[in-house]
This record gives sequence, C-alpha cells and structure tokens, in this order.
Amino acid sequence: MTVRERLREKISTAFYRHGLLCASYPVPIILFTSASILACCYPLLRLPLPGTGPVEFTTRVRDYTVPSHEPQGDLGERPDWYRGPPVAYIQQVLVKAAVSPWDSTLVPVDVFRSPLGRVFSLLEEIRNHVHNDGSGVRSLEALCLQVTDLLPGLRRMQTVLPEHGCLLVSPGNYWQNQRELFDSDPDLLKTVHQHEPKGLHTSATLRDLLFGVPVKHTGVSLYSRKRVVTYTITMVLGSYDARFLSSLRARLRQLHPSVNCSLREDHMVHVHFKEEIGMAELIPLVTTYIILFAYIYFSTRKIDMVKSKWGLALAAVVTVLSSLLMSVGLCTLFGLTPTLNGGEIFPYLVVVIGLENVLVLTKSVVSTPVDLEVKLRIAQGLSNESWSIMKNMATELCIILIGYFTLVPAIQEFCLFAVVGLVSDFFLQMFFFTTVLSIDIRRMELADLNRRLPAEAGMPPPKPGPLRPREAPPPPRPSPYTITLQTPAFRNLRLPKRLRVVYFLARTRLAQRFIMVGTVIWIGILAYTDPAGLRTYLAAQVSEQSPLGESGAGGLPPHLGVASVFPGPGGDPASTLSVLPAPAEPTPLPENQSQGHHGAPREGVPHQAQAPPLVPQISWGAEDEEGWRRLSFRHWPSLFSYYNITLAKRYISILPVIPVTLHLSPREAIETRHPQDTRHPPPFIGMYGEGSKQVINPLSLSRVAALGLAAGVLLVLLLFCLYRVLCPRNYGQNGVAHGRRRRGDLPCDDYGYSPPISEISPLLLRGHSMDIECLASDGMLLASCCLAGQIRVWDAQTGDCLTVIPKHGSCLYSCIIGGWEQRDGWDTVGVAEPENLGGGTEPGGGVFDEDEGYPLRRRTTPRPALFEDQPDLTPLIDTNFDSQPSSHLLLTPPRDGFDFGGLVERAYLEHEPPSLGAVWAMELRGNLIAAGRSSGKLELWDAVEGSLRCSNEDGVSGITALAFLNNRIVAARLDGSLDFFTVDINKPLGLLQYRGPPGRSNMPPSPCYSSEDVISCQLTRSVQCAHQKPITVLRAAAGRVVTGSQDHTVRVYRLEDSCCLFTLQGHSGGITAIYIDQTMVLASGGQDGAICLWDVLTGSRVSHVYGHRGDVTSLVCTTSCVISSGLDDLICIWDRSTGIKLYSIQQEVGCGASLGVISESLLVTGGQGCVSFWDLNFGDLLQTVYLGQSSDGQGVRQLVVLNNAAIVCDFGSELSLVYVPSVLEKLD
Amino acid sequence: MPRLEEHCWRRSCTSRVESKNYYRENWVASKAEEMMSIITSVLSNVYGSLHSVQTANLIRRGLVLFTVGVFLALVLNLLQVQRNVTLFPEEVMATLFSSAWWIPPCCGTAAAVVGLLYPCIDSHLGEPHKFKREWASVMRCIAVFVGINHASAKLDFANNVQLSLTLAALSLGLWWTFDRSRSGFGLGIGTAFLATVITQLLVYNGVYQYTYPDFLYVRSWLPCIFFSGGVTAGNIGRQLAMVTHYHNATLTIHENRK
Repeated sequence: MTVRERLREKISTAFYRHGLLCASYPVPIILFTSASILACCYPLLRLPLPGTGPVEFTTRVRDYTVPSHEPQGDLGERPDWYRGPPVAYIQQVLVKAAVSPWDSTLVPVDVFRSPLGRVFSLLEEIRNHVHNDGSGVRSLEALCLQVTDLLPGLRRMQTVLPEHGCLLVSPGNYWQNQRELFDSDPDLLKTVHQHEPKGLHTSATLRDLLFGVPVKHTGVSLYSRKRVVTYTITMVLGSYDARFLSSLRARLRQLHPSVNCSLREDHMVHVHFKEEIGMAELIPLVTTYIILFAYIYFSTRKIDMVKSKWGLALAAVVTVLSSLLMSVGLCTLFGLTPTLNGGEIFPYLVVVIGLENVLVLTKSVVSTPVDLEVKLRIAQGLSNESWSIMKNMATELCIILIGYFTLVPAIQEFCLFAVVGLVSDFFLQMFFFTTVLSIDIRRMELADLNRRLPAEAGMPPPKPGPLRPREAPPPPRPSPYTITLQTPAFRNLRLPKRLRVVYFLARTRLAQRFIMVGTVIWIGILAYTDPAGLRTYLAAQVSEQSPLGESGAGGLPPHLGVASVFPGPGGDPASTLSVLPAPAEPTPLPENQSQGHHGAPREGVPHQAQAPPLVPQISWGAEDEEGWRRLSFRHWPSLFSYYNITLAKRYISILPVIPVTLHLSPREAIETRHPQDTRHPPPFIGMYGEGSKQVINPLSLSRVAALGLAAGVLLVLLLFCLYRVLCPRNYGQNGVAHGRRRRGDLPCDDYGYSPPISEISPLLLRGHSMDIECLASDGMLLASCCLAGQIRVWDAQTGDCLTVIPKHGSCLYSCIIGGWEQRDGWDTVGVAEPENLGGGTEPGGGVFDEDEGYPLRRRTTPRPALFEDQPDLTPLIDTNFDSQPSSHLLLTPPRDGFDFGGLVERAYLEHEPPSLGAVWAMELRGNLIAAGRSSGKLELWDAVEGSLRCSNEDGVSGITALAFLNNRIVAARLDGSLDFFTVDINKPLGLLQYRGPPGRSNMPPSPCYSSEDVISCQLTRSVQCAHQKPITVLRAAAGRVVTGSQDHTVRVYRLEDSCCLFTLQGHSGGITAIYIDQTMVLASGGQDGAICLWDVLTGSRVSHVYGHRGDVTSLVCTTSCVISSGLDDLICIWDRSTGIKLYSIQQEVGCGASLGVISESLLVTGGQGCVSFWDLNFGDLLQTVYLGQSSDGQGVRQLVVLNNAAIVCDFGSELSLVYVPSVLEKLD
Repeated sequence: MPRLEEHCWRRSCTSRVESKNYYRENWVASKAEEMMSIITSVLSNVYGSLHSVQTANLIRRGLVLFTVGVFLALVLNLLQVQRNVTLFPEEVMATLFSSAWWIPPCCGTAAAVVGLLYPCIDSHLGEPHKFKREWASVMRCIAVFVGINHASAKLDFANNVQLSLTLAALSLGLWWTFDRSRSGFGLGIGTAFLATVITQLLVYNGVYQYTYPDFLYVRSWLPCIFFSGGVTAGNIGRQLAMVTHYHNATLTIHENRK
C-alpha cells in the first residue's frame, strides 16, 4: 500500500466520521458555524466602507508650508496622500449682494441685475490688485494657474470659460467679463440658462462652476424670497503666496466691509480625490458581475435530487459569500488592510473559490443509495468525494501560492485573500453546507415517503392529485431544525435557452421579462452602490438640493450611510470618515449667532418671521465658511478636467473664503436696468404665497421619500399581481397543464407556441373483452393478448383485425364476432359484407372495413394492405372466409337491430375458465407468434392462419418473459431458469422469404414462415437457476440475451450457445428495466432508482447514476441519450456518453411509465388515457393525444413503436394505433 | 479573444477616402449579410423546429460566438482605455464607438472562427473534449479571462518582463484549468501567433498606432492575451457544439413505406 493510498484511506475515513457527526448533530453545528462566521466578520465593523468620495485634511493657514514629497516620519494624523504641492489652491471670494432697502417700485429683475453687475468691478479690482513689498511686486497674473486650451470636445464652452490665461471663474464669464455685454443683455436668466445641459446631467453644471454656489442659493431668480444674491469669484492659484492673499483680503474687506461677518479664516482644507469611476469603468464591472451571476446560475442549476433545490443553492451562495467575508475579516484582524477595490475583485474571488466543491458534495451525497439512513448517506457521500476535494483544494492552494510569488503587490494581496477565503470556504463547506444538506435530505425522505406511499400501493387512485392523502406520518424524531428553506420548486424542465431565443420572440413571456428586467436593475444598483458611484452621487445631489439649515434638523440625512466628505450642511460630520477633525467647530458659533442678532434688529427683524423683509438682510453664517461643501464633489474635478487636468489621486487646497458684502441702493438698481426688464409681466410675488411655497420645501424631502417608498411597494405589488395573473401556477411544469386539456383544444405549450404538428387521431382497435396484457409487433403485424387469453393479430398499417386466436376453437368465428361488436351502422356493413364475401377481392381490408362509424377516424377507402406482395396470405384468408360463411349468417341475423349471438358468445368466452393458463409473455416474429403461458407452455401460432404450429411443454414454471430472435426463442421462467429454444423448419433457411427491404428497419429482417412448413420447436438448452429470483426482464439484441432479475443482477448470455458471458452487479435493488440494442449498448434500471450503463463487450460498468426516487419503470436509448422513467412520474434524459442528466420532465402523478422513441428527437410517453409526444432536444411537450372519451382511470401501460412511425398502446381493453403525421409527411 | 483594439484606439489620420468608402461598402455588405443570416436563422428556427439542419446550427453557433466576441471586445477595450484616461467618460465612449468601429466586428469574427474551429478539430482528431464540459465551467473561464485582462489593464507592474511572465503564467493556468487538451493548446498558440503577427503588421503599416510605442511591451503581453482569448472562445464554441449535438439529430425517417 503506497503512501498515497494510505493517505487517501485516512482522508476518506476522516470524512466519513465527519459526515456522521454533521448529520447527527445538525443544530449545534449550524449554531457553531454561524457563531464563527459572525466572530470572523466582526473586525469588518471597524473597516471604513469602501468609497471613492474625496477625503480631506485641514491645516492651519498661518504656519502652512507646502508639504514635501518625501514622507517625513510620523507626522501625527497627516494622511499619506498629503505630499508635495497640490494641483492648485482655490481662493474663493464669496459675494453676497442685495438691493436695500427694497422698494415696491422695483421689479423682480432688479433683485439680481445690479448685484450681478457689480461682479465686473470686483473682478477688475482683483485683477489689478498688486501687492508690493520688499521682495517684489506680485499680482494675480503671476500667481494664478495658467490654463491652455479647453478640451476639444468642449467647443461650446469656449465663450464662457477662460482659455490661455488665469483660471478665474465668476458669473461674469457669461458675458465674457465685459460690462457692456452685460448691460445690453435683455434677459440675464436666459443667458445663464442657455448653457445648461438638457436632461439629466451627472457632473457639475456650468452654472455651478461659474457661480460657485449651488443654484438654489444664488438667489438669481425672479421668485427669490430673500432677495440676496450670492455668488463667488473663484481664483485658481498655481502657487501660494500668503502675503499677496492677505493683502487682497484686506483690500476687499476695506472696499466692501462685511460688518456682521466673522468667518473663520485660519484653516485651509486639502481635498484629496480618488480615482473617478465613470461609465467606462462601470461597464466592465457590470460585465464581471453578469458573468458571476451566470456562473452561479449555471452552477446551482446542477443541484438536483434534493428537497429544496433553491434552498440548497442559497446555502451554497451563502457559503461562498460568508467565506469571503470571513477572509476579509480575518485579514483585517491580523493587521492587513485591504487596499484593493473590493467591488472589483469580488467577482474574481468568488470565481476562484468557486461553487464546485459544494456541487460535488451534493452530487455525491444524492447519488448514494436512497435506502440508506441519512447519516450514512451523508458520510458515504463525503468520503466518496473526500479525495477529489482534498486534491482540488491542494491544487488551488498551490496555484495561489505561485501567484503569491509574482511579487506584484496587488496580486499578492489578492492571493492572500483568496487563500484565507479558500480555507474558510472549506471549513464552511464541511460544517455548514454538509449540515444543511443533511437536513435537506432528511426532509426529502419524509416528503418522499408521503408522496410515494399511494403510488406504491398498487393501482394509482382514480383522481390522483387532490385526493391523495396528504397527512404526514409522524417523523421518526422531532425535527425542529427547520431552516426556512424555500418551497421546492419543480423546475425540472430545462430548456436550452440559447436555441429558444427566436421562440422567445414569438411568445409573450411577460413574467420572465419582468424578472429579467428586475435582475438587470438589481445588478445595476449593485454595481452602482458598491463602488460608491451612484449612491454618493445621489447623496451629494440630495445635500445640494436640500434647503440649507433644515436638512440637518429634519428629513433624511443626506449622506445615506456612505462615507462622503460632502455631507449636507447640517449633517453630522462625525459620521463621515474619521480621518478629519470636524470641519466646523462649535466654538465660534455662539459669537456668530449673537452677531447675527445684532445685525438683525437694525434691519427690521419683527417682520422677518411673517413676510419677506422689505430690507433684504445679508447674514453670514457658519455654512458660508465652507460654501464649496455644498457643491457636488465632482465640482472641482470637472472644472479641472475641462482643461485636461485630472485630480484623480491628487489633491487641491482650498483657502478660506473672502467674504464681500454689497449693499446697493434702489437708485443704482433702477439705473442699471435694461429697458426690457420692466416689460416683464409683473410676476406674481404673492408674499404669503411665496412664504407658503417655502414652507413646503423642508417637508418635501421626507415627503418625496415616503412617496417613493409607497410607489415602490405599489410597483412590487402590481408586478406580483401581474405575475400571478399572467402566469399559471404550474409555470415551468410542462405536462401537468396538458394532462387535463379537453379534447379539441389546440395543442400548444405553456407559452402559447404551437409546434407545427397537425392533428393526430388515434385509431382504436377494439375487440378484446378484457384488459390487454401483452403486446408484440414486428412492424407489419401486431399481436395483442388480453387477460382472457385471447390473442388477436392486427394489421399494423390499417388497424384491421386479421386473426383471432382463441384458446381453442375456430379463429375466424370469434374474429367476426369481435368485429361485429364494433360496428355502429349495421345496414351499411351488412350490405357491404355479402359483396365482399362474394367477391373476395379485398381480403385484408374489405371485411373489416367497419371503422367508418368511429368518431376518431374517418376513412372512406380502405388502405391497400401491405401484404399484397405476399402471395401466400390472400388465398389463406379468402379460403377461410369462403369456408364458413354459413355459421356466421346463421348465428347472427344481420338485419336484426341487436346482436344476441355476439353477446352470448362473448359472455361464453369470458366465463370459460382458462384451461391452459394465461398468456404472460408474447413475441411476434415473421408470422409466428410465440406465446408463453403461465403453465409454462410455449406455443407457436401462425399469425395469419391462427393455427397452432407447435408447442412445447418442457417447462412447468410460468414463462415470464420471452425473446424471439432469428430462429431462437428464449424464455425466462418464474423460477429463475432460462430456456433456449430453437425453431426448426423443414426448409433450409436460405430459401426463406425475407419481408421488407433489409437494413432499413430497426429490427432484423425476420424470416417468413409459410404455412406449408412444418415447424418444430426444440429446447436446446435450459439454464436452471440462471437467477436466484424470478426473472423480471428479458431482452435480446445483437446476438445477446440479457436478463434482469429481482436478485439485483443482470446477466448477459450469448444467443448462439446460450453461454453466460457476464453477471453484472451494481444495482441495490431488483432489476426492473433493461435496454439493449444493436450497438451493444446495455442500460439497466432497478428498483433502487439507479440506472447503469454497461459495456456488453467487456462487462464493465460505464456509468451509474441515480435518477429516480423509486423504481425505474422504463428505459430507452437513442444514439445520444438515455431516457428513463420512474415510479416518481419523472422522465429523465441523460447523456449517454457522460451520464450527465440533461433535463427531466415531471409528469402527472399516476402517469403510465411507458416510453417509446419514435425517432432521435421524438419521444412518446403514455399517460392517463393519452399519449404525449415530446421533443427530445428541448424537453417540450409537442402534443398530447387523447385516446378516448373515458380518459380517466385507464393508463397506458404498454407502448410499442412500430417501424412506420406509428405507435400502439394499450388502453384498457382496447388498443390504440396512433400515427404521427409529422413523421409520415416526410416519408413522401 | 483576439483583440486588436487595446492601445490602438487612437486612429491614425492617414486613412484615405477610398479606403473609407471601401470600408463603408464592406460594412453595408457585412451588415446585410448579417441581417440575412439572422433572418435565415429565424426562419429555420420557426419552421424547422423539429428538424434542424446542420448548417443552420453552424450559423447559429457562429452568431452566438460573434456576439460574445463583439461584446467582450467592447468591454475589454473599455478596460484598456480607462487605464489611460480616467476622466471624461462621455468622451471616451464617443471615441470608442467612433474611431475603432471595425475592431469589435473583427474580434467577433475571429471569435466565431476560433470557436467553430475548436470543436471541428476535436472531431477531426477524434478526441472529443470531455473535460469539465458544462456551462458553469465556461462561465468561470470567461470570468478568468476578463480577470486576466483586468489585471493587465489595472495593475502596475514593475517592468515588462514581470508583466509578461505573470500574464503567461495566468494564461497557461487558464488553459490548464479549463482545457487541458493538446489540440486546445496548439490552436491557442496558433491563434496567438497569427493574431500577434496581424496586429504587428497593422501597426507597421500605420493603420493603427499604439499609445505606447514600446515595442517590447506590446509584443510581450499581446500573445498571452490572444492565447487566453483563443482558449476561452474555444471553450464557448465547444460547449455550444456539445449542446447542439443533441439538436442536430433530425427526425429519422422510416423509408420502408412506399
């Protein structure tokens, strides 16, 4: 035993024990896992939320020096980006201007025209300001940031933004800084507004840039209540000169003193911008997330055979996600701070960690034998997959370790996270997921028990669905561990979506579209919120739009929990990044307020509360100190980006603002008027109306939020209702909706799409008095045997009864009796019959052309019989008819309205006890019918003549199964023995006639035995005790005979020498279905629900899958797939080469389990009184054909596919012959 | 996915009018052809739901691959572009969609060719690809491919040798994780070689320029990207071929009826 094997064994044992442990104590283990997840995620609380909002740092103005490039040791709280000179220094001059006292003769335009007009003189002042001291003369021109061209895409802004010179922006830019243009501008507001972008804009608008304050606060509007105009003149300085700035400040203050202003001037703020995330960056991000979701979808789709598929999928996703969280938490616990963008690398981490192990575990556990105890199943499944899991994990760890040695910091960090994530994922898989799986499987077994009890109790109940007993048997132990898993969704049918795109257009899949749109929106939201794209932007917008001091007092906090440096003016600064000290310290505030109150009485406070004051009041508050905070955080980046200067990963320094207060006299305002100003219709400045409008404003935010919430809820409800209305409850379960479809409905699937299949009408073959037991066909003829032991031979093409083989007595007689039972119109047939009898020209069709009265099939002319080229048939039947016309005419007077004789005869036939035993097995080859009886007798009948050709009574045990291949008959008996017979004819085989063109049909050409030959049947070999228990299935093909028995084994015999080649073991239940075809593919299904594929040449097992909860009832193979049906009413389609389940179809409860494959892509299944056609490629229901009115209760148990693309199935005492026209059409 | 577009979105101004006209005609023709193929596929889908023809199958697969290729080209192009320009997303979009319009179709075509070639070669060699043949694995493969591009676009490497070594290791890892077939490796290498040569020829003839004229840089990492792109396209193509394997079986007709 090598080391490897020993290791493998050890691992397997350990996993086995672990599985036992998990399945035994689910609740404690889940509690333990949850606790450890929470514990590992705890360090995450301390982590700042990832975001791209700018961060800031405040220094004092007085001792400011440009920081050096080199990091200088420990400088306290100085952030690491604060190095080197900033991109620019921003010096703002905040102008507040008002016309005072307000005069009633003034028009609204006067509120802002003259105050704005003053900007030009101010600009002049600033531009011309020269500071002269000992070191030299400095002017703004020397200090400011020189800009060059605007970006090529911004031609329209060329007139308003400065180029080739100082970056100095003010409202004057609208008029090219020329007073004359301003004075001659008839409509200032229009000028301002014409530069605004249309529609929704994402970055800062031009008005924001030029005014330097948010639009709401400029006061440039016809309906301004305060009548105070606020704007800024923004100077962008390339270098810092404290003396120049202080002299400018002093100069401006001297010119325009602001009496009541005490803004702090001692702090400058450095704002560091992170990398921008724009649309260009979001698209790849969204793509990766889409791929991630597709991956998760395709992975969880594979979970099957569990109670709650979606619950398990949820558990799998939770496992992966929490392992990631744990990895981040653990990494931060040990001091590693993540620097990567979490939202970006998250999909890759998930993909690297993967859901594979979880799926492998699930598959392994569900493929353990279902009859084991849950504990053992879990343990076995775990230990089966232990080696591969360990191997995979080791490989992945190795790959990641290699990645660690690439020495790229980002990759190293990624690898570190991935390693920790992998380990914690393994831990969670082992503890969390395994336990959830065990719970799920236990639930499934309970539910399964409930479900299968009635189904296994023999015949299905007549009304399957609602009447089934639903009360659950008491569970073996109280199971309180009910994790709220979702209800099991029967999403068994999976369509290959890719190929259905075109159908998709043809159908109205409203619900799915809604869901898809919802998903897309969700993904979008996820991608937007995650890297702080939209959310911070929204926060900034809200804070912009919220009225000034009020948003802090009431309404929503504008920053929705996202770390934004631009909170609402009144927002709590403590909730922002704690890197910075609170920007506005409370100390100066009292002073401010007292000053404000000082100023107020002078200008008429008493009116202030009720009405807008006649004297506009200019007040300076703390919010003006850092007015730029009210701007969008994209304000500065967008200003600089117009000149192709990026602020990403760089910082700017914002100097304390210079306040300027302007009081203008009404006379001045009137003088500066444009002649057109007064022509404006006197705007309705209802004082109180204005006031009420303003009062509404603070409420509006919360109101909008509430309305939005209500609208959202309403939308969800509406969508839900729409979904419920538009989608049937059994959405996605094909087959169920059609089971009860009334006849005459157009065939269509769930989506209203009608496949191009024309009407299929079944042809009922009546004649048997009891339920049909056996059905055999060789393509041309069809033999059926009922419980009464009567064998009838039908023409497979026309559905005419050719022969009736009673247990004894004349065949023709009862055949005609049987024929008479069917007729509806006596007269026509009665007239027609003598003609036929007299003429005798239409042996096959003429006599039995009585199905004109059938409701389901209208045929006026009989089809030409296929046997016309068979010269030996016509005279036979002719002779038979001519020989006994008298008895027929005597017994049944045809003109009579009622057929007493038929009834008597039928009752006689029925009540006669079967003397020879019932026919248990029947085969039809050539024109020989081999019938195996319960007495052990093997009989060979001539199918055409109805005469017994030979019989063999060597065995005494009942024949349970027969196989008839070439000239050999294999009979399986109840005692488990197997008899090989040879059919000998006195003619050499070479002279035998072969029917049909060889090689075209599935079945080998069978010799046609003519009636003259003497046929003998000899037992060549009898294998006693071929199986320990009764043989249930017997199939022969390709020179092999395969038997399946209740002793769990399959045996393969060679047909020629009846030698046992293999005994195939692998099932843990009795064999119930076997399929073998010419290509030597052997599939077997057992009572354990397992399906095994075997290699007949070597006897090795190719694959072994568990597909059904309960017996596999039927098994068919095509060249590419294996189709199985089980007692659980499930039809599974498997890939033949890989053993992967392609999809499954959930059928109605109690459906027959008969299957047939008409062609490579057409599957037919029998149901309750109907047969259904399925498209094998998609799993679509093509059509359901109802066999008769009384569709309830009688299931189709046997189904034979004929060579001519027709199917025959039993339907109570009738046979039903169904042609598939779509196939037939292609024949021509 | 062979991508010519990274670093080449700056179109040189030397393109002549004739070539533009030629391109336009070509474009119209290709669009018409595409429309025709769409129409034919629609018709064949609707009317031939039960019997699909092999060629329709091929067209459908090609279309899917083409779409995937175009989409990935656009997205990855964005990834590359934003490495250089982080501002002006609107401008970037405009440039992206105006200047290099024919590159995504080229990539789509290349993806279709490679993706159809892989299963074809598989069937000719007689060794069907069985390793991890499921959609989840394909999705994983695409995600890793995008991740490789992401890494090459976003990460700052110390030097080009490190970059190319890392990328080579990553793309080899991609092949080993998702393909592991000799034919896949060979075809990937072939794709990488051909695509690199074509790119270099284009650059040499001045049709396009790299933003970084550093020859070694471009030469070293382009083949890795092309290789992993080829493997990814092949993976998708194989999966599509496997799915349609079940579909191409038409209704066999029993002809024994006269």
